[in-house]
Amino acid sequence: MKVARVIPCLDVTDGRVVKGTNFVDLRDAGDPVELAARYDLEGADELVFLDITASSDNRETTIDMVHRVADEVYIPFTVGGGIRTLEDARQMLRAGADKVSVNTAAVQRPQLISEISAEFGVQCVVCAIDAKRRAPTTDAGAVGEWTVGDGWEVYLHGGRTPTGIDAVQWAQDAVRHGAGEILLTSMDRDGTREGFDLELTRAIGEAVSVPVIASGGVGTIDHLVEGVAEGGADAVLAASIFHFREHTVAEAKERMADAGIAIRPVVHDG
Amino acid sequence: MPFVSRVVVESLRRRVCCDPARYLIVNERPLVAVLDYGIGNLHSAQKALERRGADARLTSDPGLIADADGVVLPGVGAFGACMDALREVGLEAPVHVAVESGRPFLGICVGMQMLFTKSEEDEQAAGLDVIPGTVKWIPVGPKIPQMQWNLLDLEKPDDPMLQDLGDDPYVYFVHSLHGVPDESEVVAATVEYGVTLNAAFRLDNVFAVQFHPEKSSTPGLRLLSNFVTVCRVPND
Repeated sequence: MKVARVIPCLDVTDGRVVKGTNFVDLRDAGDPVELAARYDLEGADELVFLDITASSDNRETTIDMVHRVADEVYIPFTVGGGIRTLEDARQMLRAGADKVSVNTAAVQRPQLISEISAEFGVQCVVCAIDAKRRAPTTDAGAVGEWTVGDGWEVYLHGGRTPTGIDAVQWAQDAVRHGAGEILLTSMDRDGTREGFDLELTRAIGEAVSVPVIASGGVGTIDHLVEGVAEGGADAVLAASIFHFREHTVAEAKERMADAGIAIRPVVHDG
Repeated sequence: MPFVSRVVVESLRRRVCCDPARYLIVNERPLVAVLDYGIGNLHSAQKALERRGADARLTSDPGLIADADGVVLPGVGAFGACMDALREVGLEAPVHVAVESGRPFLGICVGMQMLFTKSEEDEQAAGLDVIPGTVKWIPVGPKIPQMQWNLLDLEKPDDPMLQDLGDDPYVYFVHSLHGVPDESEVVAATVEYGVTLNAAFRLDNVFAVQFHPEKSSTPGLRLLSNFVTVCRVPND
């Protein structure tokens, strides 16, 4: 039985959670440990911490944060952002992260994935892929006629740098190199609140054997339902709808269960 | 007062009734050796056991392991690499001593797999052969690895380790292989994932789980509590 996972994503900088800290009753809403514990209580299946500054200056702070989260919160969590070398990954995993997510550095040097998975196992390596639908291109043979470009292209640096690499192809390569999971973000949908790019989610999910986490564009709980029911995602990731308390993870799971999706029910008895 | 299951309390009473003096030496904060052989991150397992009342130590010291009230063998990554690492730090013999001592022993994930005779993941690597059987690839499934929470189906609901896990004991799995014992009676719990996979095993004092209790929120912490509880019972 596939049991869909719901994963809140927390942006951190200098070991503090930034954005979306509208939990009214927290003592310190920027404290990653307190937020993580709260999400655990609400039924979050995993957490993703994304280090959005990820400069080498604050690496120690991030490692310390990972340590504290691992000591206090007993659900799996992934750390991403600025993992460029095997040593970066090693530091995060030794500090207690269950997985690291790699993005730009892995596209530039796919062996990074093999190196981490060889040392820690494929289950530790999440390959984050930022994909954008290929822009319509002119057909050189028929001036003035537009054809829709095929597929999706991998972008780096938060969607600013095109690579020319096909996203489906890269997902397959990443798995061949030893990625145990794909965290797929639609750059067309990210921040729009219009829902996942379901076609993209399906295309990647059908192309690889490992689980796919859908990300980018969630604005409502129904979008999470669609991601699994129509996009075939194994897990759905969202940031703002949870952080700004528009919805709780528990509500999301209830709606998913109502839609016939197998989920882990929220345990209330703590 | 830490959580104590009724079954465990009963078994504890049975063991101490003949010698009431022994009740006094029940260790409220049992020493649990979490075997550290340089593989993966062990902080969560150690912290969770501490949180549940154990004096949990990460160690590769045979002396400390011999003194411990209970032993935990964690593991993550590849079967062959874990076996190599365990042997390199000289922990193979202490594991056998601990198992044979009758003290509570808990294997987690690849630590569970290492207790088997061998694994299809690495045909060259010999396992610890505590649980006779083979670790086999998951034959089919929605996705491999199974990387998700799944609902335990308890084959041994009376086992002290499986007490009070709640109505829906969902626990967190990350694995591509699962243990297939020669004797199916040792299977303590299963999950459905395309096929039925073995998720927990009981052989005398040895309990072993494919999932990660230290990453399984409430039910996982309950299971670790149960382990601490059985470690409190004095050993012969």
